[in-house]
Amino acid sequence: MTAKTTILNLTEEEFVHPGNRACSGCGLSIIYRTALKALGRDTILVVPPSCLTVLQGLYPIAATQLPCLNVTFASTAAAATGILGALRAQGREKTTVAAWAGDGGTSDIGIQALSGACERGENFIFFCYDNEAYMNTGVQRSGTTPQHVLTTTTPITGKAQRKKDVPAIMAAHGLDYIATASASYPIDLYDKTIKAKTFTGPRYLHIHTPCPAGWGFPTQLGVKIGRLAVETGLFDLYEIENGRFRLTGQSAKMLGKKRLPVGDYFKTQSRFKALTDAHIEEIQQEVDGKWEKYEKNGIS
Amino acid sequence: MHIIESGNVAAALGVKLAEASVIAAYPITPQTPLTEKLSELVDAGEMNAQYIPVESEHSALAVCIAASSAGSRAFTATSANGLLYMNEQLHWAAGARLPIVMCVVNRGIGAPWTVWNDHQDSISQRDTGWIQLYACDHQQILDTVLKAFRLAETVSVPVMVCYDGYILSHTYMPFELPDAEMVRRFLPPFAPEYFLDPKCPKNLNTVTLPDIRPDVRGNTAPGYMEIRHNLHMDMRKSMDVISDIEIEFKEIFGRGGYPFIEPYRVNDADYVAVCMGSLSYHLRDVIDMLRKEGIAVGAAGLRVYRPFPDKAVADAFSHKKGLIVFEKALSYGNQGALFADIKAALYAKTDRPFVRNYILGLGGREIKTTELADALRNSCKPSSATTDRPEWIGLKM
Repeated sequence: MTAKTTILNLTEEEFVHPGNRACSGCGLSIIYRTALKALGRDTILVVPPSCLTVLQGLYPIAATQLPCLNVTFASTAAAATGILGALRAQGREKTTVAAWAGDGGTSDIGIQALSGACERGENFIFFCYDNEAYMNTGVQRSGTTPQHVLTTTTPITGKAQRKKDVPAIMAAHGLDYIATASASYPIDLYDKTIKAKTFTGPRYLHIHTPCPAGWGFPTQLGVKIGRLAVETGLFDLYEIENGRFRLTGQSAKMLGKKRLPVGDYFKTQSRFKALTDAHIEEIQQEVDGKWEKYEKNGIS
Repeated sequence: MHIIESGNVAAALGVKLAEASVIAAYPITPQTPLTEKLSELVDAGEMNAQYIPVESEHSALAVCIAASSAGSRAFTATSANGLLYMNEQLHWAAGARLPIVMCVVNRGIGAPWTVWNDHQDSISQRDTGWIQLYACDHQQILDTVLKAFRLAETVSVPVMVCYDGYILSHTYMPFELPDAEMVRRFLPPFAPEYFLDPKCPKNLNTVTLPDIRPDVRGNTAPGYMEIRHNLHMDMRKSMDVISDIEIEFKEIFGRGGYPFIEPYRVNDADYVAVCMGSLSYHLRDVIDMLRKEGIAVGAAGLRVYRPFPDKAVADAFSHKKGLIVFEKALSYGNQGALFADIKAALYAKTDRPFVRNYILGLGGREIKTTELADALRNSCKPSSATTDRPEWIGLKM
């Protein structure tokens, strides 16, 4: 990247209209608006059922400016494959194909098609916006819901299992470009999307996406809470480029520095009400252990 | 040019002649030789298409749905449980009005596992909004693939070309390979009105409300129910298109001419044996045998199952004394699905024939000529009456 990207030099062209059907305070609104600016007009989108289906509008009105194919829940990456096949057949290979799925549509029902498409080396970018539960259907637990979190299907004691590490699963497929991002750092997401476009083959972006309704926080705090997830070292911003892992953005800045305690993040959201002090201590130790490895390996 | 090949290769050569440009498939017996042949044709450079070996049938149809939405002619093929695994996508393809063509190489469904032929796979998918055509021999398989693309693209409804596993898919028969130029005349390139294009962005298959709704310019757009009604009405209207295509195909290639019902010694028959697929040709020997015994019976193969050609059925059979419906599928707890449809088609006729139902050949159970003859001898009598429940042939209880 030549000049540092700022909010001022993002393209003024808007591909997502204001007044769309996202909830107020929705993290997805931020990242969709920002990443679509990076993807640009010559893009075809693929979207399975998710909050994004609603955000994009109800027939016959659409809130977005890019062509989009809505597909069945399990078929996102396979549908992207089909579009790519047609574009090759028609000599339209310059068009970018981008899939956008939620965490359930990626880590649970969509993972077979995603794994197949990655194994075949399909030339597309897969965006997973991870709001850590099935929000569109009313906050049911998903494969990426963190441990102990209250959802409508883990309503009293919280989810028993840990969060599935989807970027690591993607890394095991040998993708050339994998990155994590956060709705609270949209410029970082913009830069990573621009960078993803410079690679061919399957590329994967995993975006931590605060959800006021599902996480239980006031709508004006979404950006702050997303930042806390990063600043406490719970959700890390990184890239895996040609197999090489490096922390990026705010996470890279935190190397060698003291992080905020994880409890600062947990106390901002009602979904963490089932966490005990012992749980928090255990999670703090895990996060400390993870960061110790980052420091030891000199990842930056 | 006449060649001798398997039914699966006949289908593959039809897809090649139709110049499908995106092919996706997942292996399942007895469909596999068809997709193997297509991958070979593509790999050898004899066919200009994208062959995409996906990780499931659900994804195979997803690829076709997306490729068709992006403006390419798409093809897939499957059998049995593979077809069932596509079920959600079948509805999606029809609802999205995509002219995909799929060969269904008919096979029984597990559990318990069977790899052998019956029609339960495609019949159980009759209400997915796909047109279903059935072929009786290798020539019909190839010809029906060509007609299917033409039909699908004319009415914007996906089409299944169904043919019997093993009996047709794995047997070798001579058939004529049409001239590629003549096929191009019959089947022009796919040119959809709408497709995924950044220059003209559209959001396809969005959430649609129960009621009609104005767009941003104030024009009323249909609600979900109008969209469903349109699909139904276009399926009904597609019967005229099927007739027209059959006439045009015969003019160009000199074959065919029976869009809905292919008759054998039906004109002077009092009784008609009705079925779908290769069994209708198998029955011809039985008809000849019974004619020698003085029984005035003919045979008829239904070529189209959805849309159901009720008018053609009523016109062809309402003046007969009796119909005997042979089926390799069953609507559990009721009767054969074709049997029920035929009875419904004849219901409005005051002077209608009796209709009887035989279930046979499930999971590849051998269908013996003597059993067919006995069933017809038993049924082709003035004293026979319409039954509510099927009888079974070859059942060893």
